[in-house]
Amino acid sequence: MLFKVIAKEELKRLFELLASSHTVVGPVKTGRDRTGLPLYAFDEVERFEDLSLDYAMTKIPAKRFFLPYREDMAVFEMRKDDWNKKVDYNMDRPRIFFGMHPCDINALNRLDKVLMGETYPMPYYIAKRQNTVIIGIDCTPRPYCFCRSMAADTALHGFDMFLTDIGERYFAEILSDTAFNFLRLIKTAEPAGEDHVLYKKAAAARNERFVTQVDTTDLMKILDMEFQSDVWKQWGDKCLSCGTCSNVCPTCYCYSVEATVDLKLTTARKTKMLYSCNLIDFAEVAGAHNFRPERHIRLKYRYYHKHRGFVEAYEESLCVGCGRCGESCLAGITVPEVIASVRSTL
Amino acid sequence: MLNSGRTYLGVPVSRPKVGFFDFSSCEGCQLQMVNNESTLLDFLALVQIVNFREAMTGESDDYDIAFVEGSITRPDEVDRLQAIRSRAKVLVALGSCACFGGVNQLKNRFRDLPWVKETVYGGAAVETDVVRPLHDVVTVDLMIYGCPVRKEEVEKVVTNIAIGKEIAYPKYPVCMECKANENICLFDLGEACLGPVTRAGCGAWCPGSRAGCWGCRGPADDPNMEQMKRLMQERGISEEMILDRLECFGGFCEFSDALRAEMSKENP
Ligand code: SF4
Ligand code: SF4
Ligand code: SF4
Ligand code: SF4
Ligand code: SF4
Repeated sequence: MLFKVIAKEELKRLFELLASSHTVVGPVKTGRDRTGLPLYAFDEVERFEDLSLDYAMTKIPAKRFFLPYREDMAVFEMRKDDWNKKVDYNMDRPRIFFGMHPCDINALNRLDKVLMGETYPMPYYIAKRQNTVIIGIDCTPRPYCFCRSMAADTALHGFDMFLTDIGERYFAEILSDTAFNFLRLIKTAEPAGEDHVLYKKAAAARNERFVTQVDTTDLMKILDMEFQSDVWKQWGDKCLSCGTCSNVCPTCYCYSVEATVDLKLTTARKTKMLYSCNLIDFAEVAGAHNFRPERHIRLKYRYYHKHRGFVEAYEESLCVGCGRCGESCLAGITVPEVIASVRSTL
Repeated sequence: MLNSGRTYLGVPVSRPKVGFFDFSSCEGCQLQMVNNESTLLDFLALVQIVNFREAMTGESDDYDIAFVEGSITRPDEVDRLQAIRSRAKVLVALGSCACFGGVNQLKNRFRDLPWVKETVYGGAAVETDVVRPLHDVVTVDLMIYGCPVRKEEVEKVVTNIAIGKEIAYPKYPVCMECKANENICLFDLGEACLGPVTRAGCGAWCPGSRAGCWGCRGPADDPNMEQMKRLMQERGISEEMILDRLECFGGFCEFSDALRAEMSKENP
């Protein structure tokens, strides 16, 4: 593994060099909530001053730059008796993602397992994933975060370079040639013994800030035992079936497809739209039969996909513990509380 | 009714005769239909408009599809609507007034209609009754929600009729579209919003302009009204304020009536 240290003003210079020739996406401040706390989002950034590298957490994950909420999968030019199909993966040039937290990098790694796997590779995703350079950055855990419980607090791969703030400088971990070549554009130094100490201190301070935990011991087995538990009904009674949890989740990838024809009848489109297993018609099939008409059943399956089915298939959960779904859920349904209620021995 | 020589994938396309009609309303939905000139000609190539008071002179009683805007407030409107129904093969309720009574039905909220009439019209001889949606009077085949309707949605319906494609609406609530647009949630800003229970399709129009949803498209499928009420109350929004929103367009009347009844039981 290759390490470097970078002075803060040099990172600014790197950003400016990259932004002059590339599309750069990163965290920006979008306003304040009712309690005065800043709100953040990922967006295209042109000026280093607009980038908030010390951001807490974005409400919407980085997912939409890899799996847009709406995306044309194919456009058909309709001719008299036939058609011409055009497929575009909607990624016209490479992108640099400047400042992604470990949970979001791990979320992409978990998405890779499905969307870049052998069974159902999704070219629309692969095109974006492979053409995005990712510069990760460390974070300050918030009360909602439980990525540590989900083994997602450290990113081991899936990025090009990872930065940790050690005061005057950044401690950089370099994983790709691309990142290595970027760093040749600016001044960097080899880390000295004191940088290692500063890095370890920063890591320890971060660890102390995790307050929320989810006990995943034997969780698959417990979920199997508690399939008929009353707790599902209790949570289901609160659920609004609004889909917000999936929309803000960095690892939810389900989608629906709609075909539309324009008013001229000359162009047709197949458009995919990210969906949620909590929506009422998620399991509705042709003939209008609905396999999951009840809220609590749908909510339950969301948990079973994340914490049981995916674990069985890939030996890790499809939840990285970012806490976004619980924070955004207007009904106050949070992963730590739901799992704790299922585990409860009362 | 075929569209002379037009085909889609080799299959002939229909060109239905269409009439637009208005009852008690602001005519804003009809206005939506004519205000986007860039697609108007394409729209007219798909249908043959035989009745549209707001956009043309002349009228005809020979039509396949009747787009009906407005709510029913007078006995003569009942007769006229029934006549339209008897001529149209398909009757489409256009907009919130036609679907639910719309803003007009707010007056039903005052249980004393003579008083409303006296206050609004003074002594003038105006005939006005309880406000009713179209389906209270005739069979409605299709509803296009919204106050006002979105032109793109009407165009989509018409396109689907022309090529014989199924017409489907979102069953999920506005929050889905709101999140996809990456709006800041109004509740995060300390405001109220009916997005979690209102049928999507508007593209989260109001939250996109930092205004909470007032439910103009009526309830989504199986809305969780209990939780909606609870979450508003937890955030310090009074029942009266919840009712202001629920009662505004009439789509939620079943729930708002129940909530009013519950409230008067608690504080008689
Ligand atoms: S769990 Fe919460 S966010 Fe998810 S659908 Fe239910 S109410 Fe919406
Ligand atoms: S399920 Fe919730 S906590 Fe887990 S990754 Fe998704 S949004 Fe984050
Ligand atoms: S099934 Fe549900 S939880 Fe699983 S990815 Fe799809 S939307 Fe997310
Ligand atoms: S602003 Fe309204 S529609 Fe948007 S997410 Fe919040 S509650 Fe839902
Ligand atoms: S956000 Fe609500 S009130 Fe506004 S247009 Fe949509 S449904 Fe109507």
